[in-house]
Amino acid sequence: MMRLNSPSELEELRKKIVAKLDPQKPAVTLCISTGCEALGAMDVLKAFKEEFKKQGLEGKVDIKETGCLGFCEKGPRVVIYPEDIAYFKVQASDVPEIVSKTLLNKEIVERLLYTDPNTGEKAQRLSDVPFYKYQYRLLMNNNAKVDPKKIEDYIALGGYKALSKALFQLTPDKIMDEVKKSQLRGRGGGGFPTFQKWESTRKAPETPKYVIINCDEGDPGAFMNRALMEGNPHSILEGLIIAAYAVGSHEGFIYVRQEYPLAVENMQMALDQATAYGLLGDNILGSGFDFKVKIHKGAGAFVSGESSALMTAIEGRVGEPRTKYVHTSEKGLWDKPSILNNVETYANIPLIINNGAEWFTKIGTTGSKGTKIFALAGKVNNTGLVEVAMGMTLRDMIFKIGGGIRNGKKFKAVQAGGPSGGMIPEQYLDTPVDFDELKKLGAIMGSGGLIVMDEDTCMVDVARYFVNFLSDESCGKCVPCREGLRQAKKILTDIVSGKGKEGDIEKLRRIADASNAAALCALGQTAANPMLTTLRYFADEYDAHIKEKRCPALSCKPLINFYIDPDKCNACTLCARNCPVSAIDGAVGKIHIIDQSKCTKCGTCFDNCRFNAVTKISGKPVPPPLPEEQRVKKPVKKAA
Amino acid sequence: MSIEQVDKIIDKYVNEKGVLIQLLLDIQRQLNWIPKEAIMRIHERLKIPVSEIYRVASFYTALSLKPRGRHLVRVCAGTACYVRGGPRILDSVELALKIKPGETTSDKNFSLETVNCLGCCALGPVVEIDGQYHGKLSPSTIGKLLVKYTEPEAKK
Repeated sequence: MMRLNSPSELEELRKKIVAKLDPQKPAVTLCISTGCEALGAMDVLKAFKEEFKKQGLEGKVDIKETGCLGFCEKGPRVVIYPEDIAYFKVQASDVPEIVSKTLLNKEIVERLLYTDPNTGEKAQRLSDVPFYKYQYRLLMNNNAKVDPKKIEDYIALGGYKALSKALFQLTPDKIMDEVKKSQLRGRGGGGFPTFQKWESTRKAPETPKYVIINCDEGDPGAFMNRALMEGNPHSILEGLIIAAYAVGSHEGFIYVRQEYPLAVENMQMALDQATAYGLLGDNILGSGFDFKVKIHKGAGAFVSGESSALMTAIEGRVGEPRTKYVHTSEKGLWDKPSILNNVETYANIPLIINNGAEWFTKIGTTGSKGTKIFALAGKVNNTGLVEVAMGMTLRDMIFKIGGGIRNGKKFKAVQAGGPSGGMIPEQYLDTPVDFDELKKLGAIMGSGGLIVMDEDTCMVDVARYFVNFLSDESCGKCVPCREGLRQAKKILTDIVSGKGKEGDIEKLRRIADASNAAALCALGQTAANPMLTTLRYFADEYDAHIKEKRCPALSCKPLINFYIDPDKCNACTLCARNCPVSAIDGAVGKIHIIDQSKCTKCGTCFDNCRFNAVTKISGKPVPPPLPEEQRVKKPVKKAA
Repeated sequence: MSIEQVDKIIDKYVNEKGVLIQLLLDIQRQLNWIPKEAIMRIHERLKIPVSEIYRVASFYTALSLKPRGRHLVRVCAGTACYVRGGPRILDSVELALKIKPGETTSDKNFSLETVNCLGCCALGPVVEIDGQYHGKLSPSTIGKLLVKYTEPEAKK
């Protein structure tokens, strides 16, 4: 690698790389990020390499390992160019056929194409798959084209052009002006205007100044930062260097949670390669601007995603938040002015610099510009990462892109914004999603987690889940959060265990108020959101738990019992054989009975029964077991 | 554990500021836990108060003050996994290994932990064993998976 000493040398390099590319040369791209890897992508990769050898295609077909394209549900995903044929759920055993049919004979392997479950239609190209059709992929798009371990791939697509422009054609003032005009808001949670944050760091008199990337992504249910870091690390790094130049910083940190080992690996490689090319380090591109970056691995604490806590963690101490009379943008890391932005925020910067603020503001809603990546998960058919222009409705996201609810169940709520967010019920599904609209519903955009819940999800239990989560993750520094959450957790646990009392709901509301008003940081201040939104929209479920000791979703273990309907039981022993605690008595021809004293309510029998004979009962007693003489049954029906 | 091993790790961080967490993560990765001797050694060499090292080591979930088993089973307790049956997976693992999260089996073969989110939400419920992710699990598949790690010459 040679060091680049001017913008023209960067352009030269780009031309050289592009000249070597042959768009007509067949190429297989394969996602090897965490999701697809868990589904066997590495075996698929190996199989391709072996098969190329066997069928004499070595050197004639390129194979590219890329980052996440978001449709993790149907991974491992393979796309074949130049025809743009997308195959899903590819296993190593499918590879010989792909090679001999598609690569050698230009035939399509029909069974690996995406099939629309509703219409039965097959989609050949990635962009024809409904999951992708309705998306607006600005940030995620290049994940398909870039091998994250090769800076040349990024440069070929115009990478570091924005940096070069920022350093040589713009001044820090002009960059700040573009960021201001773009109306970009922070993608990590609060939606705070990025310009304002940068401006206060820039104006702060003290030096040195620090710029930091927040990839703590502690919100359960959010994984877009992971996908960007793993899939296109240079786009984030480029944004960071531009930010540093704009505010006059020479040192940056990338805070990544250690649960994301591949993100750490790819980012470290990106840093090394950028440094080798002179795009990072001393005298970047010969501009005289110096900037170095270090990666800091988080050690597993949710609260460390909070700005002041994250900074203390980088200092090597316990990541606890502090009161913020003075913002971290003025007194942050080692008490110096520090900018902290989310991965996705930085990834937007090169786009804004390249295309201009005016272009950016055309995308999105009045108050929220650009796109947002959402992590669509839970009980929805197509789970994965979804990037859309701000303002798309929840309904479109869940039903058009997400393909509706799994197993034909009924939608109940969508949880937006992680543990600080809230539950949104069906009547608000047509709300356009942006920072301000979600807030009105008592939820937040957060980092963009959207967890879909169906009729089988108990809203009280979900509220308990979040309060339990936050109580565990509370650092314990301030009383409203530490003690308040502990009490709220106790009350909610009582309610889902059938020990709820009159007055519990009022107590929960009081705790919520106190925590909101007096907690030190956002964790405590927003901790009550899941509780408050479920109380607002699903009060009837609380009532059923407290007054009738009944769980309407049939989900809370202490409030339900499993029961085998003797009329439906086919006496096939399938449930009995699978019961992990041998609580089911029965034999072929003998109707099965669950011993309630042994049953751990694991639900295995419920899942296994092919005759819908196993039922859940809540709020009423289990019928007494059938007398022995009535338990004779001839297995007449064949299992479906 | 040997002091030389710990010293080697500390060597990488001498004269740098804010290194404690990274240093402890390195020790954790190599030794699989943070022994008392390691804490004392860091204190001696980097002049960081023992109380501060202990506080950091006990605060973060990635750091363990007890020896971990040969295989680390981490059950994802994130929201997406939760609504897709994560708690049932945890129940099955607890039942199979006869330990609770935070504990290690008496033969030191398994340690069980829960983790807030592994970022594989589309594949929920997810369990990570020794860094390998396993998605779309059910109570019966997780049982079979664990057996692979219990055989005498279990491979990673």
